[in-house]
Amino acid sequence: MLVEIAHFSLALALGLSLVQMVIPVWGVRRNDMALARVGEPAAVGVFLLLFFAFGVLMYAYAVSDFSVQNVAENSHSAKPFIYKLTGTWGNHEGSMLLWVLILALFGALVAVARKSLPDRLRSGTLAAQASVTVAFLLFILLTSNPFNRLDPAPPEGNDLNPLLQDLGLAIHPPLLYIGYVGFSITYAFAIAALIDGRIDAVWARAVRPWTLAAWLFLTLGIAMGSYWAYYELGWGGWWFWDPVENASLMPWLAGTALIHSTIVMEKRDSLKVWTILLAILTFSLSLLGTFLVRSGVLTSVHTFATDPQRGLFILIILMVFIGGSLALFAWRAPMLRQGGLFAPVSREGALVINNLFLAAACGTVFIGTLYPLALEGLTGAKISVGPPFFNATFLPLLIPLLLLLPFGQSMAWKRGDLLGTAQRLATAIIIGVVATVMIFAVTYGGPVAAPLGIGLGVFLIASAVWDLGERIMARASGFRAILARAAGLPRSAYGSAIAHAGVGITVIGIAATAWATEDIAVMKPGDRLSRGGTTIIMQQIFPHTGPNYREMVGRFAVEVDGKERGVIDSMKRTFITRNNMQTTEAGIRSFGPSQLYVSLGEIQPDGTSVVVRMYTKPLILLIWIGSVIMALGGALSITDRRFRVAAPAKPRARAGAGDPHPQPAE
Amino acid sequence: MTRKQRRLAIIGSCGFVLAVAAGLVLFAMRESIVFFHGPSDVIDKAIQAGTRFRLGGLVKEGSVVREGQTVTFDVTDTSKQVRVTYTGILPDLFREGQGVVTEGVLQAGGLFKADSVLARHDETYMPREVADALKKQGHWQQAPAKPQS
Repeated sequence: MLVEIAHFSLALALGLSLVQMVIPVWGVRRNDMALARVGEPAAVGVFLLLFFAFGVLMYAYAVSDFSVQNVAENSHSAKPFIYKLTGTWGNHEGSMLLWVLILALFGALVAVARKSLPDRLRSGTLAAQASVTVAFLLFILLTSNPFNRLDPAPPEGNDLNPLLQDLGLAIHPPLLYIGYVGFSITYAFAIAALIDGRIDAVWARAVRPWTLAAWLFLTLGIAMGSYWAYYELGWGGWWFWDPVENASLMPWLAGTALIHSTIVMEKRDSLKVWTILLAILTFSLSLLGTFLVRSGVLTSVHTFATDPQRGLFILIILMVFIGGSLALFAWRAPMLRQGGLFAPVSREGALVINNLFLAAACGTVFIGTLYPLALEGLTGAKISVGPPFFNATFLPLLIPLLLLLPFGQSMAWKRGDLLGTAQRLATAIIIGVVATVMIFAVTYGGPVAAPLGIGLGVFLIASAVWDLGERIMARASGFRAILARAAGLPRSAYGSAIAHAGVGITVIGIAATAWATEDIAVMKPGDRLSRGGTTIIMQQIFPHTGPNYREMVGRFAVEVDGKERGVIDSMKRTFITRNNMQTTEAGIRSFGPSQLYVSLGEIQPDGTSVVVRMYTKPLILLIWIGSVIMALGGALSITDRRFRVAAPAKPRARAGAGDPHPQPAE
Repeated sequence: MTRKQRRLAIIGSCGFVLAVAAGLVLFAMRESIVFFHGPSDVIDKAIQAGTRFRLGGLVKEGSVVREGQTVTFDVTDTSKQVRVTYTGILPDLFREGQGVVTEGVLQAGGLFKADSVLARHDETYMPREVADALKKQGHWQQAPAKPQS
């Protein structure tokens, strides 16, 4: 019964979203603010309805109600309870329901955040957002209903793909979705601004916290997915340039560009049209990512049961929203008041460079991801575009961006001074160069890329710290004055310094992968495998039984430089509930940010020896630690005071939309 | 700087970065793209030794020979087959009679030396390329899939 009510509440949510989409626009047209504000309670209502529906589905999973088709196909009564719960979104229908739930959550948050937004903008935004909700609710109700019943109910479920029975992967989709879907708000803001024909610094200020929130969750989601691939697939790699990974990287790159361009718009009232376009593109790339992953065009762990009808439906949604918004942009953008031009050497100039490189890098990923699909569609030839392509295109674009980052960060608005900036950065540059030379000397004969990359990372961190220090120390004398300045500095200044330092930390982690080692050996108990100062000694192989699997455990003693450092258990699991599907549970031991990683391969025919892979991964954890620090920086920026203060009651006088009145350069 | 110079500087730098990006993409497209072939393609089209490509098909039943870390097996599309050798740990879902995609270089004697065997994520999943290669040979039937999904 509960399940039917949940199904009904999905349909109700669809109706209410239609109200949220249509009525406010009509109200704004007629200048009837009472009607225009209908969107707010509607948005909250849609969220509550979907929250209920999602809760019911989760409950069905919790109690293993196999009369629900979705549960029967993706759960098993012997599955650990936590994975029963997270299995709610470990399948196509449930994950799409989570997608719209988060969409509705963001809508409700916009509706509730009444102080910080001008009325017309909020109404328009809620209406635009509701249109996305309507499309995806239709998609769920027509093609992917999670509440279908099975009659008679099977006695036992089919279980979840064992690879997904993992805590890391359980929290990866919600994080990623909050990121993807969060950009729908900036998209909705852009659509509202285009329809309204007005865009100014108030708009930029209103959009920025939402963009930051979406960006930081996307950052965490991508990092989590990457860490999962690292430890669960048993290959020791952390990024494969797999199309599915690229699908999440593209909105991240565009979103990173967007959070920087909104700064220019807010502070200098410039780059408006570009920012609007970027907001549209970022969400379009999120939709594209959803399409690539959900439609079955690409095959991966993300592709659950594929159904051409679903792919077609998402493709239509994709075309309507991307095509529609770009058409609206082409029609309305020329009517927006253009911002002024500015000096190339200035902070805003540097942010344009940032946008340029990020957009170009995003473009190369886009081509590398979609070209094989297009080629196959057109000529039937099957090709794969792998890491060599991306290393040859993406890295050359990203490295100059990272080298220039500190310069932009410490340059003044309006009129920067390249020489002065370089002088201010001298200390950071010297620290970076010294780090490179020292590491190069210590590891002489090793890969050259690693010391260079680490030098770059150190330079990024040092300049972020140095820049912050300078801002605090400037013109302040005495401990008290310094403390006062430190407290008075806006939180966004700390946020950006922390985020940029996080980039540096990630760069160091990535550079250090050049030193990673890999050894393979057939081992039996008593055998030793050494690399550098690290040795593993196989102690025993023994079977073990878990709740829904059997496993062979290989136990290894670890020695580093002759000292015993504990044991590593590495497993090969066989899931009886899923056709004896096997997974590899790598044994990992961390030494600070470095890791020793041992995974098992085939048990040899003699039954006592096994193929063992041993990896040493120096500083590997920094990749993900840096990402988390980036996200922390973003979170700190959101709490900046200027985003919390109320919007001015009357946004500045409208300079008639469509008035192409030229702005003086400064 | 005058207004015109500023505009030129900005447009010029945009053009420059985009041109570099386009150049990099075109260059990398020529150098680092890998084609996919089924066993019949390899034999019928007489692909030259030394060519790097992806080979996909079914692992022939009874053809897998393990010697320490080196594995040799036949990849078949049921009409033709190619012998593959690979050193390293196979993905968890590598089995006889199942679909597989390998990447490597064709040797002079017709042996395919793979340096990677691609992991699959699900036991019922057939790489799409493999399914298409089998369809081309007319041997494809929908696997006796579980009734749902």
